[in-house]
Amino acid sequence: MKKPTKMAQPQTYTNNPFDILTEEIIFTILDHLNSHPFAKKSFSLTCKTFYLIESRHRRTLKPFCTQLLERTSFRYPFIAQLDLSLCAQVDDNALNIVSSSSTWKSSLWGVNLSKSRLFSEVGLSSLCVNCVNLVEIDLSNMSEMGDVAAVAIAEAKNLESLWLARCKLITDMGIARIAIGCRKLRLLCLKWCLRIGDLGVGLVALKCKEIRTLDLSYLPITEQCLRSVMQLQYLEDLILEGCYGIDDDGLATLEQSCKPLKVLNMSNCQNISHVGFSCLTNGAVSLQQLTLAYSFAFTADLSKCLQNFPALQSVKFDGCSVTCSGITAIGNWCASLTELSLRACSGLTDEQLSFVVQSHKELKKLDITCCCKITYVSIDSITNSCTSLTSLRMECCSSVSKEAFVLIGQHCRYLEELDVTDNEVDDEGLKSISRCSKLLNLKLGICSNITDNGLTHVGKGCSMLKELDLYRSTGITDVGIAAISHGCSSLEEVNIAYNDRITDASLTSLSKCSSLKVLEIRGCTHVSSVGLLSIAMGCRQLTVLDIKKCFNINDNAMLPLALYSQNLKQINLSYCSVTDTGLVTLANINRLQNMTILHLMGLTPNGLTAALLSCRGLKKVKLHASFKPLLPRSFLGYMEAHGCVFQWRDKAF
Amino acid sequence: MDLKGSLCADTWGKSSSSSGELPKRMSSNNSSFADFDSQQPQQKWEDQIILDYGMRMNSPFPEFNQPQTQSPLPCDSSNQIKFPVQMNEGLQANKTEDWDPKAMLNNLSFLEQKIHQLQDLVHLIVGRGGQVLGRPDELVTQQQQLITADLTSIIVQLISTAGSLLPSVKNNLSAAAPSIGQLGQFTGVLFPPVDDLKGGVQPQNSSGRKVSNNLNHVDLGGNCVTEQNHTVEEHELKDEEDAEEGENLPPGSYEILQLEKEEILAPHTHFCTICGKGFKRDANLRMHMRGHGDEYKTPAALAKPHKESGSEPMLIKRYSCPYAGCKRNKDHKKFQPLKTILCVKNHYKRTHCDKSYICSRCNTKKFSVIADLKTHEKHCGKDKWLCSCGTTFSRKDKLFGHIALFQGHTPAIPLDETNKGLAGPSDRREGNEATSKIGSSINFNFSSNVPTGNGTQNDMDTKGSADDSASFFSSLNFDTCNFDGFHEFPRPPFDDSENPFSFLIPGSCNYIPKTGGDSSLNTLK
Repeated sequence: MKKPTKMAQPQTYTNNPFDILTEEIIFTILDHLNSHPFAKKSFSLTCKTFYLIESRHRRTLKPFCTQLLERTSFRYPFIAQLDLSLCAQVDDNALNIVSSSSTWKSSLWGVNLSKSRLFSEVGLSSLCVNCVNLVEIDLSNMSEMGDVAAVAIAEAKNLESLWLARCKLITDMGIARIAIGCRKLRLLCLKWCLRIGDLGVGLVALKCKEIRTLDLSYLPITEQCLRSVMQLQYLEDLILEGCYGIDDDGLATLEQSCKPLKVLNMSNCQNISHVGFSCLTNGAVSLQQLTLAYSFAFTADLSKCLQNFPALQSVKFDGCSVTCSGITAIGNWCASLTELSLRACSGLTDEQLSFVVQSHKELKKLDITCCCKITYVSIDSITNSCTSLTSLRMECCSSVSKEAFVLIGQHCRYLEELDVTDNEVDDEGLKSISRCSKLLNLKLGICSNITDNGLTHVGKGCSMLKELDLYRSTGITDVGIAAISHGCSSLEEVNIAYNDRITDASLTSLSKCSSLKVLEIRGCTHVSSVGLLSIAMGCRQLTVLDIKKCFNINDNAMLPLALYSQNLKQINLSYCSVTDTGLVTLANINRLQNMTILHLMGLTPNGLTAALLSCRGLKKVKLHASFKPLLPRSFLGYMEAHGCVFQWRDKAF
Repeated sequence: MDLKGSLCADTWGKSSSSSGELPKRMSSNNSSFADFDSQQPQQKWEDQIILDYGMRMNSPFPEFNQPQTQSPLPCDSSNQIKFPVQMNEGLQANKTEDWDPKAMLNNLSFLEQKIHQLQDLVHLIVGRGGQVLGRPDELVTQQQQLITADLTSIIVQLISTAGSLLPSVKNNLSAAAPSIGQLGQFTGVLFPPVDDLKGGVQPQNSSGRKVSNNLNHVDLGGNCVTEQNHTVEEHELKDEEDAEEGENLPPGSYEILQLEKEEILAPHTHFCTICGKGFKRDANLRMHMRGHGDEYKTPAALAKPHKESGSEPMLIKRYSCPYAGCKRNKDHKKFQPLKTILCVKNHYKRTHCDKSYICSRCNTKKFSVIADLKTHEKHCGKDKWLCSCGTTFSRKDKLFGHIALFQGHTPAIPLDETNKGLAGPSDRREGNEATSKIGSSINFNFSSNVPTGNGTQNDMDTKGSADDSASFFSSLNFDTCNFDGFHEFPRPPFDDSENPFSFLIPGSCNYIPKTGGDSSLNTLK
């Protein structure tokens, strides 16, 4: 309607070569313009036409505040996915704006309200009634509303996905209402909805025949409702984490199991053994993923149960006590696993693990965190058998010798994620690991054996590195950091907390990583405002900053932060030398949502009040309890009414 | 009527010497009690009723608080004698003798006057006929208000008088007990039982009945026994339906008894062979018989009549419903016998009688057996599980079953917390009013004034106070004027254990007097 006239005008008056391009072509270009967060913004600022096209192209919106929602709805008329989880103040008014927008009414199909607490059933109802195409709604953490909200949700007749995690006030009555109103539901998450029991879940299973994914974690349910759940024809994903009401005897009474089941999570089900498990999964031939963390012992019997799932790909036995016969029986499984987690299986020995990895050579992800007994032998067989490994997590495998890490680099070239926190890895190991050129995520926390030499190798070899953790790796100095920041320019997350030898020079070199988003320099006492200044200027995308116990950082660093780091969402300023002035300056960052302000020596209640009042998007503030009586109650009330939660800590300096 | 009256009069004459026997028992054998009644001047009947009424209201109080082991010292017993005699005299003649608790006497005189006034008023209303309830004219409301005010003052007075008795409780026990007996007798004379015709069926009935567990309560006095009986009856009621099902006695292996309709509907099944008074339970009859002479006080006479076990094999008794065509009728093809008399009664009432008891809360459910009504009333209004179609359920799973079954039905969720007020005290009071309506118009009045009549009751939990006060008033009402409607007055549940006013509720007055003035207090004679 509008478009042809706008397009026609430039055609007649100018010779803009882009005018030849149809809107569809530009849309396709825009589709691929995702690599840089500001790319689309720059595009839309090019010219009026592009501005218009970009507005019409955008489908997802994740605003920081709701105040501009009305204007945004005019600018972006075709938003399909609206994520309001970043907004502090999502009240009925905001929801009314959303649901009264003439275009959003029909275009919206997904709304995320998972972190909002200020709206009532009135707003929710208007959203559900007016937005007729709504198929997805996330209402997790709706802790203050119960069945009245469920009544409102039930108005959204086309709803297919519904998250109600931690909606602790919704009862069987409410969920029954939803089950009858939203018959097309495919995904339903009822995690932690403690008031929903057998009756509610049973009715959901009876009425919503389309359900694919059902999360019933921590519900007080028994096998009563599972009987109906098992009759769901399309159920593929069933999560029964922490359902203490389900036991072997109950499961034994189930007449049929769910054939199409692909994903099953029965973690923390303490009253179930392999007997009940086999009753539940009997006949589920298409089972692909199985999570049995912290539930029952991994025995030969269980292993036998699992033999008959040909499609099984991923198994997680976190925290289970493993028996020798059980583990060795894994070798007999007809399926070839790609993902195996034996996290915190403290009894796991070299022989068992070696046997497992030798029979499942296709493994891509392996988690052996905290398996204290395994040694070089295991790593040797892992690296020899599973050469296509992409993720290896072996935090705190303290018996593994430093020679083992050389093997990792030699054989596992496809590694993308390596967690060797708290291990004996040394520079030789790092040199070898640096051959894994696809490495994205490297965790070297508490590895006191590594030095700058090793890091230099990593910096040279792993140029794609996005996440580096050097927490308390005290052998590192500025030189190593410089090498890393030179080689890995796409770093997004860096943790160099509690490294005494780090100075401003490290930060200056890190400032070259322009896509840095998360920086943690907690307890780096030699870092000063100068270093932070360079970070602020260089890393414009910084969203999370932790400068706790950086005693030398003062108000001088706050001004550049406020000026340049407009994306900052979360900051920890505890124990810094920042005063009222710095905090008030910092408050100019209007995206700031989460602040931890403990033990700031120069902070007065007045300064704090002024700072917090000017931060409009704040959602969580951690303060020392001594401030509580000093702040006006009306101020606290005002902040809470605007969606800010105060957490009071009473920790000694 | 005449026969009955003379019978009672005779008893009175006879019992004047023996009426002291029971209290003697209760207070560990005060032998000097025989004097008590002989001294008592015979006054005008009506006066006596009223006076004794006042006494009676007091009497259960000391009894409940009194330890059963009273000191059998002679000096004590003489005191005990004096007290009632003086009090009775003072009350009856309304002449104030110099008895030390003067204030109490004043109180009682005041009470007497009040009750007189009230009685006149009620008589007036009775004279106008029973249609007072329906007419909302001013006169009626005025009258009701008058009665209410009078009753209120009577109650307050009564309570304070009873309270003043507390210190002298030891002396009162024996005094109170004979007065109970007296009242029973007087009322018996004035309002003879209407159903003595049915005396003939008594032997059969009593043999078929199972009244157990009464013996150990006999010593506690009539009041306690009746309470106990009440609960026993309820248990039997509950068990009855289940018990009879599934019984497969071969035909002929049992004796079939069939009671007539009149017998089944008769309120009493046990009758005194001397005075003809009827009772629901043989234990009560035995209690009553003690008043007729020493020969009825032996342990053997008081013991529960055991079936002659062992000597002859008792043929099992089963019962047939007199209603022709009923499955429980012996002529029915698939005859299923009823197990006990109680089964017969309940079956007959439930199946072949009008359902005259309407639940006062929902005004829809009707019952022919009072116990059923009470069972229902316990749950009525608690149907909080509501479907969008308007159907209510008392259980959540039933609602969910309903929703699962029908398309488009969905649970109704109250938008506000309005449903919380449903079980509020005001509703309960209304309920009580309506319940009382079944009895009589006067009664309606009484219970509607429960809260004003007695401020202290507000402290109690609503249920208890409502129920108990209703019963309290009804019993009072009952003895002062005789309405036919009281036959069917629903008995409130007897759960007044925590009720501080329980001492004011003589159980024997509440529950037994189904037939007008034929008060069960006669049990003590």
